[in-house]
Order: sequence, then structure tokens, then C-alpha cells
Amino acid sequence: MTQLPATTDKKLGLVIDLDTCVGCHACVTACKGWNDQGYGAALTDQDPYGAEPSGVFLNRVHSYEVQPEAGPAQIVNFPRSCLHCEDAPCVTVCPTGASYKRQEDGIVLVNEDACIGCGLCAWACPYGAREMEETAGVMKKCTLCVDRIYNENLPEIDRQPACVRTCPTGARHFGDLGDPDSKVSRLVAERGGFELMPEQGTKPVNRYLPPRKKDRPQEASLLAPLLDIKATGFAGWLDKLLERI
Amino acid sequence: MIRQPVFDTSPPVSDEIRKTTCYMCACRCGINVHLTSGKVSYIEGNRDHPVNKGVLCAKGAAGIKQITAPSRLRAPLRRVGPRGSGAFEEISWDEALALAVSWMKPLRETAPEKLAFFTGRDQSQSLTGLWAQAFGTPNYAAHGGFCSVNMAAAGIYTIGGAFWEFGQPDWERTKLFVIFGVAEDHDSNPIKIGLGKLKARGARVIGVNPIRTGYNAVADDWLGITPGTDGLLILSLIHCLLEAGKVDLDYLARFTNASLLVNATEGPEKGLILKNAESQPFVIDRRSDQPAPWDAKGVQPDLGAVWQGHRTVFQQMAETYLAPQHAPEAVADRVGIPAPRIRALAADLARVAFDEAIEIAQPWTDFRGDRHETMIGRPVSFHAMRGISAHSNGFQTARALHLLQILLGTVETPGGYRLKPPYPKPVEAHPTPHFVSVPGKPLSGPHLGYPRGPEQLALLPDGSPARIDKAFSWENPLSAHGMMHMVIPNAHAGDPYRIDTLFLYMANMAWNSSMNTAAVMEMLTEEKDGEYVIPRIIYSDAYASEMVAYADLILPDTTYLERHDCISLLDRPISEPGAAGDAIRWPVVEPDRDVRGFQSVLIDLGARLGLPGFVTPEGTPLYADYADYLVSHQRRPGVGPLMGFRGNGSEVGRGAPNPGQIDAYIANGGFFQAHVPEEAAFYKPWNAAYQDWAVETGFYDTPQPYLFSIYSEPLRRFQLAAEGHGFPQPPDRLRARIKETMSPLPLWYAPLGDVEGYPLHALTQRPMAMYHSWGSQNAWLRQIHGKNALYVPTKVWVENGFTEGDWARVTSPNGSIVVPVAHMAALNENTVWTWNAIGKRKGAWALDADAPEATEGFLLNHLISELLPEKGDGQRWSNSDPITGQAAWFDLRVRIEKVARHEASLPQFGVLGSPLETT
Repeated sequence: MTQLPATTDKKLGLVIDLDTCVGCHACVTACKGWNDQGYGAALTDQDPYGAEPSGVFLNRVHSYEVQPEAGPAQIVNFPRSCLHCEDAPCVTVCPTGASYKRQEDGIVLVNEDACIGCGLCAWACPYGAREMEETAGVMKKCTLCVDRIYNENLPEIDRQPACVRTCPTGARHFGDLGDPDSKVSRLVAERGGFELMPEQGTKPVNRYLPPRKKDRPQEASLLAPLLDIKATGFAGWLDKLLERI
Repeated sequence: MIRQPVFDTSPPVSDEIRKTTCYMCACRCGINVHLTSGKVSYIEGNRDHPVNKGVLCAKGAAGIKQITAPSRLRAPLRRVGPRGSGAFEEISWDEALALAVSWMKPLRETAPEKLAFFTGRDQSQSLTGLWAQAFGTPNYAAHGGFCSVNMAAAGIYTIGGAFWEFGQPDWERTKLFVIFGVAEDHDSNPIKIGLGKLKARGARVIGVNPIRTGYNAVADDWLGITPGTDGLLILSLIHCLLEAGKVDLDYLARFTNASLLVNATEGPEKGLILKNAESQPFVIDRRSDQPAPWDAKGVQPDLGAVWQGHRTVFQQMAETYLAPQHAPEAVADRVGIPAPRIRALAADLARVAFDEAIEIAQPWTDFRGDRHETMIGRPVSFHAMRGISAHSNGFQTARALHLLQILLGTVETPGGYRLKPPYPKPVEAHPTPHFVSVPGKPLSGPHLGYPRGPEQLALLPDGSPARIDKAFSWENPLSAHGMMHMVIPNAHAGDPYRIDTLFLYMANMAWNSSMNTAAVMEMLTEEKDGEYVIPRIIYSDAYASEMVAYADLILPDTTYLERHDCISLLDRPISEPGAAGDAIRWPVVEPDRDVRGFQSVLIDLGARLGLPGFVTPEGTPLYADYADYLVSHQRRPGVGPLMGFRGNGSEVGRGAPNPGQIDAYIANGGFFQAHVPEEAAFYKPWNAAYQDWAVETGFYDTPQPYLFSIYSEPLRRFQLAAEGHGFPQPPDRLRARIKETMSPLPLWYAPLGDVEGYPLHALTQRPMAMYHSWGSQNAWLRQIHGKNALYVPTKVWVENGFTEGDWARVTSPNGSIVVPVAHMAALNENTVWTWNAIGKRKGAWALDADAPEATEGFLLNHLISELLPEKGDGQRWSNSDPITGQAAWFDLRVRIEKVARHEASLPQFGVLGSPLETT
């Protein structure tokens, strides 16, 4: 069993705006592209041009239909990746110490040199956020692009996860959720950001911003006719309208 | 303290970044292509690029899999088996080009129209058009006829610009954004970036669409409209605004033809704009109540004028839409939106436009010479696309939407809809169609254009269509983008005539780019008197698409990372409202196969055929390749494909060719921008500073100010012809239809595809992760969308007793398909839909024959005919907009029934032989 740090210096994580996400999957392939050549083993694809293509993705987008009590059905697009939990069960379940949570920033990582590919961590994660890399026989997961966010070979503006950098709608935000004054913490406070499935007791760091209320009943501020056109005829309407000039 | 592994958090990212332009769809985003050890290792968005500003979509990042895709063609191919078998032999480029020339040269010398050259998802139309013009065939166009010509043509004829790439909302200032029929596409990243800006500041978004996915899913309000009724809704909104007097009278009087007079005299000029002795339109000046030139300094046009019995456009327009048939209560049932919601939407539009108006402290001077101290803005904006344009009433619906924008004063004003240079540009600044072919001679001008009246139709002396697609004929007079979807059916039928060689580029006509796919495959393979009815087909593509198997000669193209390209102001640039922009592609990696960029091949063919403009007077090739053409070609003196770094390297827009131009583009990140001066940023069609800048930058040679056409005189000219005036005259069978549909004021008529017995509407959308992609075989993207189901609304789901995993037979007047179904509640209750172009033919695209795309995946195309069913008049009308010829594939009506579960969708076709396994 592997130990979690009692506290971490920072709580780096993502804030994902479900009011803004259009479900375009840009984050999915940007993540795949970066991590295919980034930290640890490549993210291979089995049967890529065949009947059952199946590859490793560290981030996937699901679309759910929601039927509110009143009003039309809605679609919520929901990106899913590791939430970098404070009480990460994937870490404590790891028999080799390969899964660990970093003291300095709270990122949950897999040390692939120590990973035996047993899959216990994926089983323990209630969010389905880990995927097995079959070619290398190691477990893969979101690293928060740990090889980007501190990378001095990148311009400072690019030191953020690939999914955040690429998101066309700006629905993904990255920062320190342990700092109440950080931009991401303020966003969570303003927009009522929530934890995913808090009942699991894993204390996720990532937050989701809920969709804003949609399809509001219309307020009764309807347009008043200039005058009774039937009574005055078109000429009357025209005179009344052009009086304004 | 827990001991943690130590690793390098600052690894080297790559050896080199090369900046070029994406081509995974039509957005033309800037990309940083990272190379490591000479291979592409990562692709990300270019932060400096005007289109995408650093972001990139799912397709863009997945582009890395295109350059290793097994479906890439490897060498020129000559067909050896029967057409459609996929049996080919590899040949050399010299053999391939010699063969092409041996087919084309005799045609040019005897009957140039027997070569038909059509391009698909092409972005080099200024070159391909020039080539076809030099060849002398009238038969050339790109794919706009089945894409969105309704959008483009309605926009050009009304505001001198259009939705999609001609303009965009003022994302920084708009407070209310209404999006009509945008199926997650056109354009992709710019709309997403814009929506993100609106969401970040809490601006309101309203989606009008039968399907609530994508952009409509994040809209604050969703109106699940009945397909094909958008025009009815829009004209009803106009009714409400007029009724309440909530229209921008000052804008209408100054900047639109609302203040011009409509000729009321019976006869051949009735309904045309009244002209003075100098043939100029005029207005009645409120200061004097007398006629005055429309563009005179200080003139105050009177919208309410009646002069010698002639009324203004404004009065005719207002009276038309104030009529009770446009009231919300009269249209609500057909539109599928309750009348109070329509009235509430009108009230929202009026409130934001007039009560929340904005003002920018920027003085400007209009074309009349009148100075304005500020720029007034009406922060309501609109965007629209396929859901409007792919109907047979789409042209007039798009016109109606532009009219709504105009009445609110939201076009080219702050917070509204802004056009992108070289637009705005009036109809008068566009060419008219050229079509007269003479053996051995070039055409006298460009093929495509905007007719101003019947005398500019592409008709032969006997009145029959001059073009194989019948574009610019009486059947669809304003087919400004041609009608690619009619080429194969017409060539097969020999109507209006037979052709010899069909030359196609990047157009999957044997599959998802044709209506009536199965029939088209038969047309391509049918023989008569020992030869194919369409005798020769030359095709260029980078991948083993379905179309490859149906061609006789294949000219293999490169992928987009291996080629030169030009995103040019001469056709489809990357401008922003505040800057003209163009861009290049360049080979960031070299091809590892015996393939050549199609445009270089076309230039080579042009030289081998000795086409004017492609050879020197001595007959030697004028250009080495496409890269050389991009730098050296001059369309007009000093104006070439690229505007930046001309002459000595610092000249913009106009200047001599600069041999270092491409290197300068590469050093600049692959693009160039020329910024619009602050004073010229808005009111462009009427802003003297903008007009001067446009001339200086080379868009046109003199200022072109104009009035927006609420009332379209070209349309009225066609109506007059149908009423019996002038020459040429339409055939009698078409008179009634022309009179009805070519109304000079926007109108709504029921989609022509509506038929009894088919209660449901059937639509397709491209998924965002595959929209417009020429790479849906992509190893990553097919894991996101590898098969499609037909989405069925709750009412239909329950009526048919469907459960999860069920299959259905879907039937239209053209045939049946059997497909998997899935339930979706966020959907218009009479509409079914699916993702387009996921389904593939077995054996195509180098996918395994049991790939889900080829088993479960399906196309709706089989249900859509290029001809409508006969309706008692003995005619089978084209399934197109009667004005523009736009393929009306969203008019599709179907019925549905539950069937036993199937292993594979129907119809199925034989496994295509792979052109990659050659003899």
C-alpha cells in the first residue's frame, strides 16, 4: 500500500465550465497528441484501422441528455479526466508505490518504472480516469501535463496543460485550487463550482462549473404596437412611425 | 516525508517548430508543427494566428495521424479492372501526365466543353478557375452548389457579404447572439472562440435549430424549429418589429435602398428601381421634398416619399410584412414555436438593439461626405449556416435573415455583424458568368459570377443551358457556385449534352458527396456501345476514398503537411473584420511517396497543353510549380495570390513579384495581415476611409460604396421576364415558379421536397470532431466517431415502441435504408437525424472491411434524389433551390418503422478493391 502526503503545498487542478463546453473533443486529441510523446510511455492504439479500434486517452468527453422538470431537454457535455483527489484511492491501493501524489503540487502520477500494470488503481478509481497502456504494460493517467507546466523550454504562456491551451471555447481553466485568491478559486466561488461525486469521499481537487439556468420563461415585456394598424390603415402607421425622424 | 521519484519536468519539447496552415477542415487555422528527428511529433495551434489565436480543434491535433494514414495514395494509377473494382496499376508521373494530355488536348482543339472540371473541398479556386478558363471549357465549379451557395448568394445580393467566411459577429461587443441552423460547423474554431467570449461575460445566446447539440447545447435558450420554416419565423419577427415601430429608420434611410423609389408604371420596367435621365436611382430629399441624387452630400432620404405615384421600397416592404399572414399566431403551428415565444424573441431583439445601444467615440465620414461624430452600435448579432441554406427555400430565407439584421441596424455597426475584407463588395463589383467556348481558345472571363438579369444567363443561342450542370439556366438562374451535384446525373443522361472527360479533385462523388449515392455509382459504371457513358474520369485525391475506385486515372495528391498552398484574397482568405489576411501552406515535411501537390500537377498539365497563362510566348512552362506561381503570378499588375511582402518586401497589396515572398511568409508564421484603420473599422460599405483603404490594398481600383438591397432588382428582372417582358424568355413551364420564388422582397414558400406520406424531417450534421474533415479515417478521430445511429425524438420513439439497440427501416420517396436507432429528447418532435459521412464503403479508406464505419455506419444520401418525385405535371424537378441551384438535402422527408435487429446497415455494397494493392 502506498501512502498519501498529509497535505500538499499546492492543489493544482482543472476547473471545467459545463456551461461553455460544446463537446468538440479538442481537449481529447490535444491531450493524446502531447502525451503520446510526453511523460512516460506512448499512448498506443490497438487495431487503429480495424473493427475495434481502441487506444489510450487520458481525457474523454461524454454527452448526457438531461430532462428538467419543466422546459425542453438539454444536453450537457462532460469532459472526464483524473481529478487529482486529495484522498486518492488509486494511490493507497497501489502495491508497488508506483502511484503517488506529489507533495509540492498535489498532482497524482504514476512512476512507470515501478508500475507492474496490475490495474488495481483503475479498479479503485470511482471516476474511471485511468487507462492501461497495453503495449508498455503500464497504467496511464492525466499528469496535468507535468512536463509542460514547469517546462522552461516552453514560453511561459504555454506552461499549462495541453487541454487547457487548446480549448477553443476557453471552458478549461488550470491553477492552484488550494489558494483561495487564485483565478480558478475565484471562478469556483463566483459560479458555484462543484466537486464530482463528493459522496465517494475522495476529495477531488478538480471542479466543474454548472450549466447556467436555461430556457427561462420569458418575461412579459412584449412589444407594444405603435397603434392599431387595422383601424388606421398602413398610411396611419407610416405617419406615426416617420414622426420620429 | 515521502520519497518521490525524481524526473525532468523540463524535457526538450522538439527540435524545431514549423508554422503552416491546417487543412483538417475549411477553417484554415494556424498550426505549430513540432518536428523531432525529422518527424512530426506534435501539432498545436499558433497563438499569433488571426483565425484560431492558439487554440486548435480535435481534428487539428489529430492531423498528425494523416501523414501516416495507410490510406495515403502512393503513386499515379491507371485503372486495369472494370470501373468500380478498384483494380489499378502504378504508372510513372510522365505516363500519367501524357495520358491526361492525350485525352484533354483533342477536346480543347475540337470541343472544350467536353471536359468538365469540378473540385470539391478545394481552397485554390483562383488557380483551378484560371486553368479551366484557359482551357476554354464552360464546365467548371467547386463544391459550393451542394455546400452553401444559398448563404453566399443571398448575402452578396443583399448586403455584399454573407455568413460563414465573409463576416462574423462583433464578439467583443455583442450582447445577444442568435444562431440559426449551425450544425457545429462553418466556421468551427472562430465560432467556438466567440461563444467562449460571450459565455465569459455572460452575454446571451439563443439557438434556433431542430437539434440541440453542440453550440445549441450551450445556448441559453433553444428554439427547436421545424426544418425548413426558418424563413417563416424570421418574417414573423420582422412583422412584430414593424408593428411596434422598432426598426432603425436612420440606418434604413441612409444606408439601404429602402429610400429608393419602385417604378409603379405598368410595363417592362414595373417594379424596377426608378431611375432619372442619367439612369441613376434617386431619393426624395426631406429638406426639399424634391428628387436628389442618392449619394449627394447632406441628402436626407425620405422613407415615406411618394413621387409621381411611385412609392419607396420601405413602404412596399413594410406593407408586405405587416400583413396578417406574417403574424406569429398565423405561423406558430408550422414553425413549431408558440406565438408568445416568437413575440418574446422579437421583444428581446428590439430591447437589446435599441435600449442597450452602444456608441464608440470614433468620428468617421460617409461616402456622401457627411461627417459622423460617433459610431452607433446595435449589439444584436446573428449567424446562420446549413440549416437555412440546404433547403429549396434557403436563398430567400437567408435574404430574410439579412433583412432582419438590416431593420435592426446591426450590419457593419458595433456589436452587430461585421464583414471581413475584401468584403463588403456589392454585386456590381463581382463578375458575371462567362461560358462561350470556342475550340482552341480560352473563355473570355471567369466561369462563375452574379447575374444582374436574364441576359447574363449561361444559355446557348437555342436557349438550352451552356453548362453541363445547367448552372445559370432558367432552372436556377443565380447558381453562383455552379451545381456540382448535377454534373454526373446530367453527363450520364446526356442532358444538356454528353461529355468526354470528367476531371475531379478532392470530391467524393461516388459516396458521401453525392445525393442518391447508389444511382451515381451505377451512372459511373454504365456502358453504352462498348464504352462507359461517361467515357473518361481523372481524379486527384490524397487518400483511397470511394471515388478513387471509379476513376480511370489517378493523380495522387500530397497531405496538407507536404504541400504548398495559398489561402488568398483572390478567393477565400483568412481575413478578420479588422484586418485583411492571407496565408500559405508549405511542405513542413517532404512526401515519402511518389505523389505531387495537385496544384503543381495542374500547372504542369497547363504547360503541357500549352494553355495561355501557363506558357511563355515561346511555349515553355511559365511556372516551375505552385510555389513559383504563388510568387510570380499577377492577376492584375502588382496584384498576385499573396498580398504581403511584395515588391521590395515591404509593399502590401500592390507591388511587383518578390522572389523571397514565401520565405517571408514562413518567417512571419505562415500568414500576413493588413490592418483596417480605426476610422474605417465599421460602416465599411459607406465609410470613405474604408473605401480608400480597400483601393490602396488592391481589392478594387476605385471606391465602391453601395446601398444594401432590401429590394433586389436583379430578382425583379427575372420576374419581369417570367411575366413576358424582354429577352431572353424562360420556357413556359418555368414561368409560374420564377414569378413566385424570385420575389424582390424576401419571402417564404414551403420546401419543394415536402411530400404526402412522409411525416418526418431527416437531417444530417457533421460532428465537431470530424466536420468537413478529409480525414474521417483518422486513427484517433474514428475512435471518437466510428459509427452513427439515427437519433429519434421521444414522440416517434414511443409511437414505434423502440427500445435501446433497435433498428429501423427509414423510407423516403427515393428508397429505404435500415439503420440502428437511438433516442434523443432534445430534438424537434418531427425530426430524425444522424452524423454525416461516418459511414464508409467496405474496402475504402484502407479500413478493414469489418470496420464499424462500413458495417453499422450509414449515409442518408441514399434517401435523397437529385430529382424530386413527379407531382402531376409530368416533370421531375431538380431537388435544388430554384433560384441558386443549391442542393436541397435538408428538405428530406421520411417515414420510419421498427424492424428486426440487423448486423449491418442496409444498403450494403460489395467490398471495394484497394487501389493501394496494385498489380
